[in-house]
Amino acid sequence: MHIVTLGLNHQTAPVEVRERLAFKGEDLPAALRRLKDEADLSEALILSTCNRVELCGISQKLDLCREKMIRFLEHYHQIMAHSFADKLYFHKDADAIRHGFRVASSLDSMVVGEPQILGQLKDAFFIASESCSTGLILNRFMHRSFFIAKEVRTKTRIASCAVSVSFAAVELAKKIFGDLKGMKVMLIGAGEMCELAARHFVNQGIDQVLVTNRTLSRAQELADEFSGIALPFDKFRDHLDQVDIILSSTGSPTYLLAPPELAKALKKRRNRPIFLIDIAVPRDIDPQINALDNIYLYDVDDLQETVTENLDQRQQEALRAETMVDLEVDKFEQWLASLAVTPTIRELRDQIRKISEQELHKTLSGFPDLSDKERRRLEAMVNAIGNKFLHHPINYLKSSNQCDENVPATTIRKIFHLTENELE
Amino acid sequence: MDIIYSSLLVGALVLYSAGMVSGFVYLFKPDSEARPWSKIAIQSGFVIHLLAFSWRCTQAQTLAVSNLHESLSFFALLLALAYLLVTRKNQLPTLAAFTSPLLIIFTLGALLTSKAITPQPPILKSFWLPLHVLLSFAGNAFLALGCGGAVMYLIQEHLIKTKKIKGIFRKLPALQRLDELNYLCLRLGFPLLTLGIISGSVWASFAWGSHWSWDPKETWSLITWLLFAALLHGRMNSGWRGRKASLLTIIGFAAIMFTFLGVNLLLSGLHSYAH
Repeated sequence: MHIVTLGLNHQTAPVEVRERLAFKGEDLPAALRRLKDEADLSEALILSTCNRVELCGISQKLDLCREKMIRFLEHYHQIMAHSFADKLYFHKDADAIRHGFRVASSLDSMVVGEPQILGQLKDAFFIASESCSTGLILNRFMHRSFFIAKEVRTKTRIASCAVSVSFAAVELAKKIFGDLKGMKVMLIGAGEMCELAARHFVNQGIDQVLVTNRTLSRAQELADEFSGIALPFDKFRDHLDQVDIILSSTGSPTYLLAPPELAKALKKRRNRPIFLIDIAVPRDIDPQINALDNIYLYDVDDLQETVTENLDQRQQEALRAETMVDLEVDKFEQWLASLAVTPTIRELRDQIRKISEQELHKTLSGFPDLSDKERRRLEAMVNAIGNKFLHHPINYLKSSNQCDENVPATTIRKIFHLTENELE
Repeated sequence: MDIIYSSLLVGALVLYSAGMVSGFVYLFKPDSEARPWSKIAIQSGFVIHLLAFSWRCTQAQTLAVSNLHESLSFFALLLALAYLLVTRKNQLPTLAAFTSPLLIIFTLGALLTSKAITPQPPILKSFWLPLHVLLSFAGNAFLALGCGGAVMYLIQEHLIKTKKIKGIFRKLPALQRLDELNYLCLRLGFPLLTLGIISGSVWASFAWGSHWSWDPKETWSLITWLLFAALLHGRMNSGWRGRKASLLTIIGFAAIMFTFLGVNLLLSGLHSYAH
């Protein structure tokens, strides 16, 4: 019995390949059934996100397992194997377990530590268990994956710092204003960057959004999206004193804001701080503005730098997380090994019970006059002999869980002549 | 008996130091989490310190503030109280690191100065003395706390301005919170200081027959008062805040310290503890 994983991700395959192998959520139950049939898997799970496609399963025999899974992909998506086969990775046993834990803990993600993957994995598992394609092993495998993902998240700082420019800007704003509730934001330029950053701010409870753009209609469109106000481009400087945060991203070749304008606005708002974020290249805001008291100006490079630093920190935290994953892999392997031992113990007990019953029946039929009490005494004695006799072999099996290849279990099975095909 | 009193003071000092250590660990250790250890240490230090001070008061049969030792100890006690009041909802976990050094300096100063009980001249015996000292010291304690907050503000503002957004930037509170702390300390400390000066003046008119005699302590407390009055006025009417307010608070605190200690050690006058 082996855990196997076949798949490709953002590191091994370009998006053109990944998108052709992706599975649609609603097709998954049918796909899972076909996968189990065609690849001889007793349990199966498909994880399909924009960054990875992975087939995970439990296989009784390893030979040809990889080929069968590739053939399934080929048939299912109707594309030739040679166009993607060299981009696939195939893991089995401990490697497959480690891979699964790393994916769940976001150690294998494009942005290490990003939290979406755990949700996607949970969805994939939900679909698979709803369509009854997971069983004892994958269920436990997935629950352990969720557990280790949570451990990594809470015990390392892997997800503690901002790794996108917009998020870094929000983090900074919080260190200036404390709380963003009731703040006003002005967007200069209605481009995509501004919109994205503004969305982060609006999620933090921003009170009002003012939008200005060279084409007023576009400003109006964006303002409507945030239930804000559009300002004509030649008038926006009159409103500088009303806003706490200014996001600028226009295509202007010259500076749109100079120190005197900001100084005037500051005076009007009695020095309440203004945080300016200039994500335009070339810049929209004169960097001299940062020298004014109570004004904080960050350009895209400043923000990018913190993001890069945070990414470095994440990489270091990822090393700690890897150790945690390794420990968990060991634990899971032990559990798998014990799983192989459990049926042996059960069968041993069954066997001795059967023998006891037979012998007891034979003996008792020769003594029809025995009272119920005497009968029970005899039964108890036979059971006790059986249990005492099995005590040491069972202990031996239980204590040797960690051993490779289930040697003890195999030996015991041979000695007691238990049916051979159960194990593997 | 003196042994018990000194041990209690040493105990308070040890606990204040523990508060400082855990405060700094939290501030500088990257993955440390906000835990109330430093506050608990300062809180326990305060309780022991209060015990020591009450003991002293029963010995002296008045509010024990008649010499340098007692004044230093009493000031530290009020500063600890001001800290505990301001952080009663466990906000500002980094403030401990910036308050405890002052607590340690004053408690240590109290331990190193003569602990002999100074008999009070009969002319000064009046309930006005404890009232005058209590009000002035309470005012100064809040303003000292504001100074701790001002240092934090200047550090945090420097980090944000120069774009060093890592390390203790993550631990220090938001600028807005620190500015609010500054204003709060000013609004609590300044009225107390004012009442302290007024009560002192009333008492002086009873004791010495004159409201104001321009002795160095009085002159310097007026300078201090004017500094904080200017800050309060600026904050209320001219939108002074942030960096400017923090710098003024630190200058004001220096003036407080000079009024409190410098005048006694360097200049002589009616307020001297030594004579």
